[in-house]
Amino acid sequence: MDPLAFYFLSFLAVTGGVLLVAFRNPVSSALAMVLSFVGLAGLFVGLNAFFVGVVQILVYAGAIMVLFIFIIMLLDLNNERSIRFRSSTVLAGLVVPLLLIAQVLGVIQGGVEGEEAQFGEITAETMADSAAAFPEDSAIHKSLTHEKAPKLPDTNLIGHTIFTRYNFPLQVMGALLLVATVGVVVLSKRSLAKAPADS
Amino acid sequence: MDLDLPFLIASLIKIGVFIGITMTFVSVCVIFERRFSAIIQDRVGPNRTMIPLSILGFKKDLALPIGGLTQPVADGLKFILKEDFTPSYVRKFFFWLAPALVVVPALLTMAVIPFGSPMEIGSEYIPLAVADLNVGPLFIFAIASLAVYGITLAGWASNSKYPFFGGVRSCAQMISYEIALGLSIIPVLMFFGGLNLGQIVDDQVANGWLLLPLWNEGGLIVTPGYWADPGEAIQRLLLLVPIVISFVIFTTSIFAETNRMPFDLPECETELVGGYHTEYSSMKFALFFMGEYAAMVVGSALIVTLFLGGWSIGFGIDQLLPTGAWWVSLLHLGVFLGKVTFFILFFILVRWTVPRFRYDQLMNLGWIVFFEAALINVFLAALVMAYPSLGLIGVLVGFALLLTVTILLIKIAKGATGKPSVTAV
Repeated sequence: MDPLAFYFLSFLAVTGGVLLVAFRNPVSSALAMVLSFVGLAGLFVGLNAFFVGVVQILVYAGAIMVLFIFIIMLLDLNNERSIRFRSSTVLAGLVVPLLLIAQVLGVIQGGVEGEEAQFGEITAETMADSAAAFPEDSAIHKSLTHEKAPKLPDTNLIGHTIFTRYNFPLQVMGALLLVATVGVVVLSKRSLAKAPADS
Repeated sequence: MDLDLPFLIASLIKIGVFIGITMTFVSVCVIFERRFSAIIQDRVGPNRTMIPLSILGFKKDLALPIGGLTQPVADGLKFILKEDFTPSYVRKFFFWLAPALVVVPALLTMAVIPFGSPMEIGSEYIPLAVADLNVGPLFIFAIASLAVYGITLAGWASNSKYPFFGGVRSCAQMISYEIALGLSIIPVLMFFGGLNLGQIVDDQVANGWLLLPLWNEGGLIVTPGYWADPGEAIQRLLLLVPIVISFVIFTTSIFAETNRMPFDLPECETELVGGYHTEYSSMKFALFFMGEYAAMVVGSALIVTLFLGGWSIGFGIDQLLPTGAWWVSLLHLGVFLGKVTFFILFFILVRWTVPRFRYDQLMNLGWIVFFEAALINVFLAALVMAYPSLGLIGVLVGFALLLTVTILLIKIAKGATGKPSVTAV
């Protein structure tokens, strides 16, 4: 990834994050978060993870934050501006980021020591080498050894990994999400039935 | 990093040309919309746009004999010359940001659509798409889903009741139909086994358009070459059932995503004055207008690329033409634009024939009909595709299960829509 692109996208992501905390207006904060997500997605794309980058925008920026803004607008959260910080909140706000920074530092340290963890550049040769691990008529193999323009089939590779190595966690997660959805429907229906019929 | 200069120049030219094509299409859409609606309503439509030389002191206005084709120019000039009024009570920053947030995503999505067959310049094949990404349709969905911010913010920033309703409606509508949109093309992506729009079109050149599998590598459907592998040929024809369902859901969802009639509840004049753009005037309003039309052009282009062979002429003619010659690429570009024009006319035809939905009908259609239909459709397509590995009995059992689930779902859905579900508001 070009250093210029990296610094620009990181700047977007970090600025978005800072503005998210700094803004008083909830809608502005939510939009700053969208900016941050777009920067993050750009970073993913720069690391050849097109699928992750696009899904980042599709799911977080395009769906979840839209719902956030929807709710914020409907609730009209203007009274958020007058909240005073308690010392316990400030303390938690200090401890959690410190833990996170410690963790990130640990990962960076480990990366410098273990030389083999460095990522090499993806070229046509390295792609042809890794294609040997997949059957010849598979989409992954075809894309990696394409004669005109070999490309990293990141979508297919993610799908392949999820449905072979992480198949069980995937099923469990599916069941978990289903339970959550059913739970939401049950809870919202119950409150509706109890509401007085005064329309 | 060293700059790849030919790539950079080619990309810049492509960006310029394709945005130019899109913007031209937007203005062409305007005149199409006016003239076509006039035909439908038995009127003449704008056909006498003149160059007003009289304001410069000449005796007469100059009328060009092109039947009102200059109308978009007149419309554009009108928008630019109108007073750009910003009400005092709006949230200024977001009020100015919103129109840009509508147009920019619509133009960005153009980047991944292959406009024509790759052109050979020197010894290099240059794909006629700005970015030949491996995640084409997902990229379009992702960027297009950002357009909802523009409309929602326009409604919110206007700080007035009706625009706000328009913004909220649009937000809910676009989220709802994005689900149907995404689910409906899963069978298509399963069939192609990839997300690269360029490769999807290449596949359709060789094996027949997705909606029109009348030829394959063996030849046309009437020749014995097509039936060289009868099992595969029959499977391909059977796949038409889920693909047609996909096509219907996808096209309808595109209507909803672009806020076109019959899904234009966000700007429903009879209830909301002008919807989210009530407070906008001049060029800022024109940007919303352009965003809607650009989204329509991109939507048509995506439908054409996925279901109707993109730039391919079809019927085995593409294989007879030399690959990479510049005139072939331009011919393919013309064919692609022709197909897109056809779809735009279809969009306009629907707008002026079908009346607007009620809001609850809109939501029911999205959540109860399309969502379930798309989900069942995924399994149907999977069953047809899994025939070689499952065998006849496996597929029949699967089909029986699917049928049971479908009937159950229809029963539940009928129960949900039969009586008003909200009693107290």
